[in-house]
Amino acid sequence: MNIRRVFAMAFKETLQVWRDPRSLAIALLMPVMQMVMLGYGVSLDIKHVPLCVYDQENSQESRAIVERFTAPGWFSISQTLVSEADLRNAMDRGECSMAIVIPVDFSRTLATTGSAPIQAIFDATDVNTTNIALGYAQGTVAQANAQTSAQWKAAHGVHPSPVGQVDVEPSTWFNETLDSRNFIIPGVVAVILALVGAQLTSLTISREWERGTMEQLISTPVTALEVMLGKLMPYFLIGLLDAAFCLVSAVYWFDVPFRGSLGTLFVTTVLFLIVVLGIGYLISVRIRSQLGASQIALLVTMLPTTLLSGYTFPIEQMPAPIQAITLIVYPRYYVTILRAIFLKGSSLPDLWAPLLGLFIFALIIIWLATRAFHKRLD
Amino acid sequence: MSGNPIEVAVRVQGLSKNFGTVQAVRNVNFSVSPGDIFGLVGPDGAGKTTIMRMLAGVLSPDAGSIAVDGVDVSANPEQAKLRLSYMPQRFGLYEDLTVAENIFFYGELFSVPRTERIARSKELLEAAGLQAFRRRLAGQLSGGMKQKLGLICALIHTPQVLLLDEPTTGVDPVSRRDFWAILYDLRERGVAIVLSTAYMDEAERCTRLALLHTGEIRLCDTPARIKEAMPGTLLAISSAHPRFLREIIAGKPGVLGTLLMGDRIHVRVDDPARRIPELQILLADQGVGIADIVRAEPGIEDVFVALLGQGNKS
Amino acid sequence: MTMVEPAIIIQGLTKRFQDFTAVDHLDLTINQGEIVGFIGPNGAGKSTTIRMLCGLLQPTEGQAFVAGFNVGRQPEAVREHIGYMSQKFSLYGDLTVRENLRFFGGLYRVPRHDRGERMAFAIAMAGLAGREDVLVRTLASGWKQRLALGCAILHRPPVLFLDEPTSGVEPEARRQFWDLIHELAAGGVTTLVSTHYMDEAEYCNRVALINRGKLVAIGSPSELRGHQLGGELFEMDCAPLGAALKVLTDVPGVEEAAIFGDKLHIVLSAGGITAGDLPGFLGARGIHADPPRRVTPSLEDVFVHLVSGSHETRGAF
Repeated sequence: MNIRRVFAMAFKETLQVWRDPRSLAIALLMPVMQMVMLGYGVSLDIKHVPLCVYDQENSQESRAIVERFTAPGWFSISQTLVSEADLRNAMDRGECSMAIVIPVDFSRTLATTGSAPIQAIFDATDVNTTNIALGYAQGTVAQANAQTSAQWKAAHGVHPSPVGQVDVEPSTWFNETLDSRNFIIPGVVAVILALVGAQLTSLTISREWERGTMEQLISTPVTALEVMLGKLMPYFLIGLLDAAFCLVSAVYWFDVPFRGSLGTLFVTTVLFLIVVLGIGYLISVRIRSQLGASQIALLVTMLPTTLLSGYTFPIEQMPAPIQAITLIVYPRYYVTILRAIFLKGSSLPDLWAPLLGLFIFALIIIWLATRAFHKRLD
Repeated sequence: MSGNPIEVAVRVQGLSKNFGTVQAVRNVNFSVSPGDIFGLVGPDGAGKTTIMRMLAGVLSPDAGSIAVDGVDVSANPEQAKLRLSYMPQRFGLYEDLTVAENIFFYGELFSVPRTERIARSKELLEAAGLQAFRRRLAGQLSGGMKQKLGLICALIHTPQVLLLDEPTTGVDPVSRRDFWAILYDLRERGVAIVLSTAYMDEAERCTRLALLHTGEIRLCDTPARIKEAMPGTLLAISSAHPRFLREIIAGKPGVLGTLLMGDRIHVRVDDPARRIPELQILLADQGVGIADIVRAEPGIEDVFVALLGQGNKS
Repeated sequence: MTMVEPAIIIQGLTKRFQDFTAVDHLDLTINQGEIVGFIGPNGAGKSTTIRMLCGLLQPTEGQAFVAGFNVGRQPEAVREHIGYMSQKFSLYGDLTVRENLRFFGGLYRVPRHDRGERMAFAIAMAGLAGREDVLVRTLASGWKQRLALGCAILHRPPVLFLDEPTSGVEPEARRQFWDLIHELAAGGVTTLVSTHYMDEAEYCNRVALINRGKLVAIGSPSELRGHQLGGELFEMDCAPLGAALKVLTDVPGVEEAAIFGDKLHIVLSAGGITAGDLPGFLGARGIHADPPRRVTPSLEDVFVHLVSGSHETRGAF
């Protein structure tokens, strides 16, 4: 291998990207737009879910329960109801996604037995929101229960026994504010790198075929490996630049906690870039038109990354066969790794499993890519 | 140019290439010496580009061998490619790179030392009259300038063999003359040049020619000897009504062929000494008057038609 | 139809694009049944002129009449009376011979009652009888090109424009093509051929040389060859050629020197060095030279002489 020729290729490619508005837009503008769109647009949080309250008792205790629902900002009261009929109407008209009904004997039952049921009714037309709201509601109730049961026990002279006492204390680790953005943004980083990386390199070889420059290029002593390395080099740097941009905006704009080390992030990102750039390159070698190559690159990066990587839909909740398929969906490893680095501060040894997955992928892609391009017209 | 003078710069033996059922190139043999300008001449579809691509090592032959400067192109493609330069028919440089950037890129690909590259690119740019356009994007050059830039990039590493696929297609006569002046200069420096052309008049400028027809070499020699190989002698008869003249003459004894031109006809006869007087008498009888019948220099096209035309009507 | 003679009249025709004058007060008259070659370097204004004559571009100044119609004012009528064909003419390769003809017949609005006869004529002319249902892309270049001509004349246009019609076509096929053009000319069709290949110009009755938008010379190929080159043309064998060329450029009496094949073409004017002196003159400078022979200039010699002017590139590669 001749390093001069590799650098000559890289230099030429850099000039071409710099002068090609389309490539430049993909390299620099697309990450910004994606970060904004995906960062703000896709949210698994519920905020101010319209809540109807039918408080049949209207006591201090019942108001305290309602207060627990509304205080964190997840629910806001859209209507206070006075009858069953009101409740049905409000649900029918879609005026609330959730209603809580507090029975007349709520505070009395609570005082005598230490627990009291309340009823929560959900409008399940929007299954996603319902699920999330249900989760929040259960959390809220569980918290309230724990507190009341402690108070009740104290008031009734039941003392916690030293052994076997289990206090249910729901807690959320790593994402204390239960903000799904913290969960989403690391995934967005993976989406951006996969899209940008594969898009840019998918154009690189097909451009030479399309513009008729390939015939002369392959008549020179430059080797296929030199062509590949030289061509991927600038895109690799662009990928790192985009990764840095994503990191900075995730931490300083979206306030996602970053608990891991930059070194870990760098090593794993390099591995992921090798995979996505290699995939784009492989597509480019096969498809001799820029449009076709870029369409296919979009298909093989966008779909698996957004649907099967666990970036929005948790892999654990997918049916078993789909879960098996996700094993060959390379972004899932990187998404897992990124979340762990960002939120748990995991280091390389902790991440051995997804790292191994990514590593195997990188090896396969490198193996394929070095064999893909032949300096022949036929 | 660099390197020791060698006897044979390009040797092609038994070269064949098929595309599906089409035999694009059939058992082609030729060799080119340093200082030769070897022309592959033939109409579109004769196999010119296919041969050039195989010589350049970008297309693999189905059979036969090609040696460039003694290096087998199939066995050692990168070694062979160091010794040659190839200019494809379609402009192969980067239109979004400037003149200087293209030259730099090709210089680097051939590992030309920096000082040599700078000196050589200056010399070549001046010779081509492109020094003022160094910073212009290649895509913004005129056709003739693009072609010269192609030649500069091909010559930046002083190749022993220069392969030019239809270099003058779409180039006007003035630029074509400039281009040929450059080729002759290279020739004197011992570069072996192989070029293809569909233009028979251009073929006469080559030192040696191969007439290609349906993938086969039909005749391979110097232009002068190829012209001698034409059966018969060519005569020209000027007339304001050449069509009428041809109607009289065509098919007469000793007339091997006629060609209608704008203001004259060309007549190929077996024996001029005998036929010129006969034709004059014939034309006088038909009321054309005394016609001026002169010998005409045959072109390569005349030979091509005389040798191949009869059995190959289109 | 009634037709005024001549077939094409061009009077002071001018086309300006912003500051650039592509065609500059062109005057030319072409008679019915003439084959006229329009030659010139790239950018000389050939295609701009042809586009104006086809009614596709509005002249800035001057006027032109094609088949009796004013190209500026009656572009539609002009387009109905011309045929256009280029070497890159787009026949549809995935349609058969007959389908192509039917398509162009419809395009040119050939009357239905006439269509069958015209198609038969075109098929016979192209020598494609019996191959009407063959896909065009499988035809050899010579046939394709004659079929393209057939398509261009389906509507019996009195004026025909050809753009480099036979470049790259087999020699025998191209000769047959030109025979066809001459046959059409005998039937009164006027043909304007635009090309920069001199061998195509040789088939024309008259050749108009155009450069920088202006008409530089016009005449039959023989007349043009006899055109003053500024002296007499000699051909000389000498070696090395490049050195001889460099030496000769500055010698008084040498109007022009150019490499032509493996020989030198030299134009000598009266009063300077003579042909007989050349071998001795070069020999004294270490260049071997045979005695020069007088040759008839080719159309290319004339073209280059008239067009080049100060244009110079010397082979220093």
